[in-house]
Amino acid sequence: MKAQLTYLAYHVDAAVAPVAPKPAPVVRLRNFTRRFGANTVIDGLNLDIEPGEFVALLGRSGGGKTTLLRTLAGLDDIAGQDVTVPGSRAVVFQDARLLPWKKVWRNVALGLKGGHERDRAEAALREVGLGHRLDAWPLTLSGGEAQRVALARALVREPKLLLLDEPFAALDALTRIKMHGLVLDLWRAHQPAVLMVTHDVDEAIALADRILVLDAGRIVAEEHITAERGQRGEVGRALRQRLMGYLGCEVPEQAELSAVDVGASIVPFPQGGEA
Amino acid sequence: MSLLSRTAHRFGATHWISPLAFLALWELGSRTGVIPERTLAAPSSVLVTLWQMIVSGELPDNLAVSFLRVAAGLAIGITVGVVLGLTAGLSSKGEAAIDPIIQIKRTIPTLALTPLFIVWFGIGETPKIALIAFASVFPVYLNLYSGIRGVDVRLVEGARSFGLSKAEVIWHVILPGALPSLLVGLRYSLSIAILVLVVAEQINASAGLGYLVNNARDFMRTDIIVVCLLVYAALGLGADALVRAIESRALAWRPNLVKA
Repeated sequence: MKAQLTYLAYHVDAAVAPVAPKPAPVVRLRNFTRRFGANTVIDGLNLDIEPGEFVALLGRSGGGKTTLLRTLAGLDDIAGQDVTVPGSRAVVFQDARLLPWKKVWRNVALGLKGGHERDRAEAALREVGLGHRLDAWPLTLSGGEAQRVALARALVREPKLLLLDEPFAALDALTRIKMHGLVLDLWRAHQPAVLMVTHDVDEAIALADRILVLDAGRIVAEEHITAERGQRGEVGRALRQRLMGYLGCEVPEQAELSAVDVGASIVPFPQGGEA
Repeated sequence: MSLLSRTAHRFGATHWISPLAFLALWELGSRTGVIPERTLAAPSSVLVTLWQMIVSGELPDNLAVSFLRVAAGLAIGITVGVVLGLTAGLSSKGEAAIDPIIQIKRTIPTLALTPLFIVWFGIGETPKIALIAFASVFPVYLNLYSGIRGVDVRLVEGARSFGLSKAEVIWHVILPGALPSLLVGLRYSLSIAILVLVVAEQINASAGLGYLVNNARDFMRTDIIVVCLLVYAALGLGADALVRAIESRALAWRPNLVKA
């Protein structure tokens, strides 16, 4: 009901200003609070995610990132809270969480309904470049391959909301760069809203439309990036400095700039290198 | 590679020397009279007796009786063990109800229950099957229960995040995850079942391997006793091979069994 009201409110806005009406957000949290005993992990959080928007969520360990993601994934009980999440959503975890006793395509097809499971799984696996590993056992895959299977498993559901929980943190730097490109391609092709939890500021700058910094259960900063992916070297430098500041990681300006300069001269964004 | 050369490769030819030497010494001892026939029959006469018992149908008939006892007892024991293990593993109420009782049962050696079972079930087939069933419940229960509890929570959450129902999670994640443990329990149950069979068959049996052994004891036919020991050993090996075969099929996904 509340989501409906928001939707109407956007129409009123649209009538005033002659811009295209904003569609209803796919994710809507109002004054969301989560406590474990006396410990408040998330405190009065408001969050909207537009359809097709790519949001990165940065934050220190213990800042509530994982709790927020679990809520959006439907893994935690949200009784009595004002939370709107789409029914079609999918998660890619840091560890691929493939079922080792099911062949790759069966992992992708896990819980799919509506027939042609194998064909749909095969199409999704081709899309991530693993059409040849349909009948492989998950434990024979490399880390990058397993993570691509996890992406295929998420996308085969055509989710409105794709949740990425530090999906590249366990991969080596080269594989990670390839995965960034793949995620962007898949995002453009399928246009889900994406919420990506990450520790990596450069990754967030390279991939996201919007970056949120979560600290002590609150959003302490929000940055919109309008520059095209691939041309974020200039804005990225200042943004990176600010974001590092929000994260409580003060880097001497001179050292910081030179580090990014070196990085940028080797690897252009969006394949933002490791600093 | 032929099976023979593979086997030879696996065990190494040297591994066969000492058993063969042992047999040769045994045979020599029997032939020279150092080992009297009534103490232990010679390997050659054991083989002759084995052949005669097979041809006369004495061994196959009694083996069938014993085999049915084990099979019936195991079928009951494994079924009960699986049902109890599933109940205790999948629900905390089930755990509270079942686990303490099973733990109490575990402290009582099964064979100590033999007199009680004879009082209850007489001396026919029932107490023998009941003892085997009773003994084989526990390994299956314990391993399945701990296997279910040991399933990786992250895999369960991953499956739940894709909207799988509770029943689907149990079917696709929890049961396959607990299968390796269940098979370990199964292997224990099989060997315990054969152990209990040996003892149970000594109770006033009128057929079966135990009956053969008892009769042979009365007539001091050590050759027949050794034949029955061989058959018991073969039963144990066969049971183990059965579980191994199930494992290599059901656990084909395990890295040590996966062929690259």
